[in-house]
Amino acid sequence: MSRIFPLLVLAFFLSVPLWLTDQYYLHTLVVCGIFMLAAMSLNLLLGYTGQLSLGHVAFFGIGAYVSALTSLGFNVSIFGYQITHEPWPPVIGVVLGGAAAGLCGYLIGKLAFRVRGAYFVIVTVSFAEVTRLIALNWIELTNGPLALPGIPPLTLGFEPIGYATLWSKGANYYVVLTFIVITYIIIKRLIDSPYGRAMIALRENEILATSVGISVTRYLVLAAVFAGTIAGVSGTLYAHYIQIIDPMIFMFLNTVTMVIMVITGGKGTLAGPVVGGLIFGVAPVILRNYVGPEVQWILYGALMILIVFVLPEGIVPAIERWFSRATAKSAELAMEPGKGARS
Amino acid sequence: MTSAQNAKAILSVENVAMHFGGLIAISDMNFHVNEGELVSLIGPNGAGKTTAFNIITGFQRPTKGRVSFRGTSLAGLKPHQVTSLGLVRTFQRTNLFDKISVFDNVLIGLHRKTSARLLGTLLSLPRERKAEAELRDQAWEILRLVGIEHQAKERASGLPYGDQRLLGVALALAAQPSALLLDEPVSGMNATETGRFIELIDKLRSRGTTILLVEHDMPMVMRISDRIVVLNYGRIIANGTPKEIQNDPEVIQAYLGQGVKHA
Repeated sequence: MSRIFPLLVLAFFLSVPLWLTDQYYLHTLVVCGIFMLAAMSLNLLLGYTGQLSLGHVAFFGIGAYVSALTSLGFNVSIFGYQITHEPWPPVIGVVLGGAAAGLCGYLIGKLAFRVRGAYFVIVTVSFAEVTRLIALNWIELTNGPLALPGIPPLTLGFEPIGYATLWSKGANYYVVLTFIVITYIIIKRLIDSPYGRAMIALRENEILATSVGISVTRYLVLAAVFAGTIAGVSGTLYAHYIQIIDPMIFMFLNTVTMVIMVITGGKGTLAGPVVGGLIFGVAPVILRNYVGPEVQWILYGALMILIVFVLPEGIVPAIERWFSRATAKSAELAMEPGKGARS
Repeated sequence: MTSAQNAKAILSVENVAMHFGGLIAISDMNFHVNEGELVSLIGPNGAGKTTAFNIITGFQRPTKGRVSFRGTSLAGLKPHQVTSLGLVRTFQRTNLFDKISVFDNVLIGLHRKTSARLLGTLLSLPRERKAEAELRDQAWEILRLVGIEHQAKERASGLPYGDQRLLGVALALAAQPSALLLDEPVSGMNATETGRFIELIDKLRSRGTTILLVEHDMPMVMRISDRIVVLNYGRIIANGTPKEIQNDPEVIQAYLGQGVKHA
């Protein structure tokens, strides 16, 4: 059951572009998937190591800007030196964007994990604000508030086969889906390994974790590098899909969206950010058909509050508990009466 | 102390003092634990036993003095580095990964034993899968040794008190100690649970584990210790076999007070 279910879900999502003809809905799903990816990376920090990164959008934005600039090229002078960069293929931008964000994750991790809890939150918020101000004010490089337009879409392929540029929404949908599946597998393998267990141990009881030989900084930094890289890659996908980015990408609301996806879906669960991401990525668009824009956001907020109140651990843990209770009950019924109770 | 004794010492505490502002928790402490020995550290409440533990395992830095383990100085090492030398502690209050299953607790404890590499883990290579399977076997082995294997799937916080303490020891054992520091392991246990715990300690000793024990349960201390170090007001007042300690006038006075003289 637990092995087949994710495959069924995957099969369903693979089929979506085949029957969903409305391009607007498809677009919604692509953007939703990109944010879901970022939420999955946030979950690694917030859910598994227990560190709330409220500046997570910084990694996303850094990935987006690095990839955009790699594929657009730039010409800036730093301390009197003229640096010119010719445009490179977007695929290289994706790699560099992820790497740059991962490096930032490493640096922030090294610095910020000396102070944890509330201080970590402050450091990450400040980090995001600094990156936003750089994007806004380094006009020579980033165009500032005038945005970076004309970012080329992703191009896939090899020399002998030929290239395909991903202009269509369907193609982008599959690219995003591929990244989500890969990320899901990476996080799953990490969590089921000694690395992930060390992260969970630090979340649960840091003193005890160190007493069995777990290095605090090593594993928190490792989580930050993974989270930064994945968020960065999701940012690169955003840049090449939307094809224009401006400093608004760093706005706090984007971080909040990711946090909501993780918390409502269930932090510290693999499927949590996926479920939360789907609900809060798609809900506004579906609501739009039935109610006016003002009521839309009120309903959105009410839904969020309702979930947090009724299911404080999130949707996925609640379903899991309900499911295990249901199976336990049926197993108990199958046994001799009176023998079901534990000693 | 003769040099022959020194040669066998696996853990030695030399001239250690610990001051908290004006409060002197430990004034000048010297003792050693030999390979394979079980030494108990006893003393009235506030004598500095737990402080001594914290200093030895790197959770606190001494004001002066040095602690060395197998000839390596522990000065400035972080707790996880001390653990990686093979010196592992348990905690006075139950200290477990409460929300996680008993089995996963022990798996976390086995952290030092893993040989999995990051890239291999992400690619799920055969080498890493084998390492993980071996780790699981070892976890079962430790649970069986401690005697809580039938509760492997329970949440740690759902165990009865005595079993929680046993799980605490299982976690420490998983960290592959050559020397184990137990901080009041049987406090709050009933007689049956204490009995089971003493059996466990006997098993560990037969495997050659060196043990330093802090405990208030005197019958147990007297029964299982090779040597006892008595602390009072941050100072060692006696160091000897259980028999010597039982008859030491200064120890009797520390435990029973001045009244003994007049009795």
